[in-house]
Amino acid sequence: MASILDRERTVAGPGYSRWLVPPAALAVHLSIGQAYATSVYKTALVKHFDASLTAIGIIFSIAIVMLGLSAAVGGTWVDRNGPRKAMVVAACCWAAGFLVAAFGVSTNQLWLVYLGYGVIGGIGLGIGYISPVSTLIKWFPDRPGLATGMAIMGFGGGALIASPLSTQLLAWYDSGYDPADPKSVATGSAVAMLFVTLGLIYFAIMMYGAFTIRVPREGWTPEGFDPATLQTKPLVTTANVSAANAIRTPSFWLLWTVLLCNVTAGIGILEQASPMIQDFFRDDSGTSSVTVAVAGGFVGILSMANMAGRFAWSSTSDVVGRKPIYMLYLGGGMICYTLLALIGATSTAVFVLLAVVILSFYGGGFATVPAYLRDLFGPFQVGAIHGRLLTAWSVAGVAGPLIVNRFLDAEGKPGSLTAEAYRPALLTMVGVLAVGFLANLAIRPVPERYHEPAAEEVPAATAGTERTS
Amino acid sequence: MSATTRARLVFSWALVGIPLAYGVYETLVKTASLFTG
Repeated sequence: MASILDRERTVAGPGYSRWLVPPAALAVHLSIGQAYATSVYKTALVKHFDASLTAIGIIFSIAIVMLGLSAAVGGTWVDRNGPRKAMVVAACCWAAGFLVAAFGVSTNQLWLVYLGYGVIGGIGLGIGYISPVSTLIKWFPDRPGLATGMAIMGFGGGALIASPLSTQLLAWYDSGYDPADPKSVATGSAVAMLFVTLGLIYFAIMMYGAFTIRVPREGWTPEGFDPATLQTKPLVTTANVSAANAIRTPSFWLLWTVLLCNVTAGIGILEQASPMIQDFFRDDSGTSSVTVAVAGGFVGILSMANMAGRFAWSSTSDVVGRKPIYMLYLGGGMICYTLLALIGATSTAVFVLLAVVILSFYGGGFATVPAYLRDLFGPFQVGAIHGRLLTAWSVAGVAGPLIVNRFLDAEGKPGSLTAEAYRPALLTMVGVLAVGFLANLAIRPVPERYHEPAAEEVPAATAGTERTS
Repeated sequence: MSATTRARLVFSWALVGIPLAYGVYETLVKTASLFTG
């Protein structure tokens, strides 16, 4: 069994199409993207465990922290063992996480849900997130931004699927639950059944991805692609840098800062999206012209912008270059945040348009970063380097809401504020983006002393041996 | 490209494309309220 999963057994044979790799990667990312659809059963868990919203929210927080940790720690292992083994591990962890969580719900033990969905599932998230990235970059050296954009778009799209699917399944498993009634709450046993169902569905889909993906044979290049053309592009290296060396370079930490700032700014809006749009259009009597249902539609629009931005902007980066596209994400984000703070309350169309552009930049920042890493450090251990970079996401996940909540707490409770109350938080995000903008400007090619020896072959199969020069 | 590879491509893209299209459709239905009030 183990040999089937080995990298050597996944080398593509003649006739294999590289266009099979993106759907294999999407199979994993669409599955793990469910992590952003936890709000569907949050209330049901609060009622079932008779716990606070915070106690239930911790489940998701543990999963995201475990995502960052497992991606950082397991990145080198993923590069060494290849995408199939990594995807199988991710599928097992993600499915097992659901099953353990279902057992926890059935036996009324919240700690088992923390362990299952949070810890075990979180490891599945981290390993699953990085598992296809390095392989995609090797299959698409001519269009790495397009390839990683397609896969990482799936992480945004996963919630779009899981949310309506989970609602429908809950209605099937609990005949007394009416999704159309906001006061109706599904039973714990319906949530447990939902977890079992999702675990089994995702396991099957992720395993399909694992057994569809292949790595290119040594020296393979796409038809018509000349690797020498890479040398003509600024900041794109033809050398290779190990993960151990990459984290010693200023460019890695500058890019870490770029990702941190871009994600922090995006999360600031995502976290508060629903109450924010209502608060922006509240009149003097305290009534908002935006209803709860319309605010829910706004959240849906933002999810679409997040997903579309991942694909569209990352693909565009192949044409305009990685540094310029991040100048757009960060510089354009600064302009949009400023306009949102100053004229966002003039009309809902202006507000929605600005928020959509900001969220598309947020998604684009996530999807373009593996290609930026490939440009700077080469394809050798790009998966492991990407895993280490994702710790910025974990930090941003804490920093973004903290910044916004700190300002809003001083003003009152979101859902009962006005547009002015958001101004300090939004203008602070402009400052955060400015830091990221400067960090991006400071990124330089990696000095030669960090490169792997040129004369030596550095096949991906030996990627675990982190050599230093 | 062989017929088998072509069939695998169609199946693989359908496996991920159909659920994604379902998710996008459901979201668009939900977001319609933003434009219709």
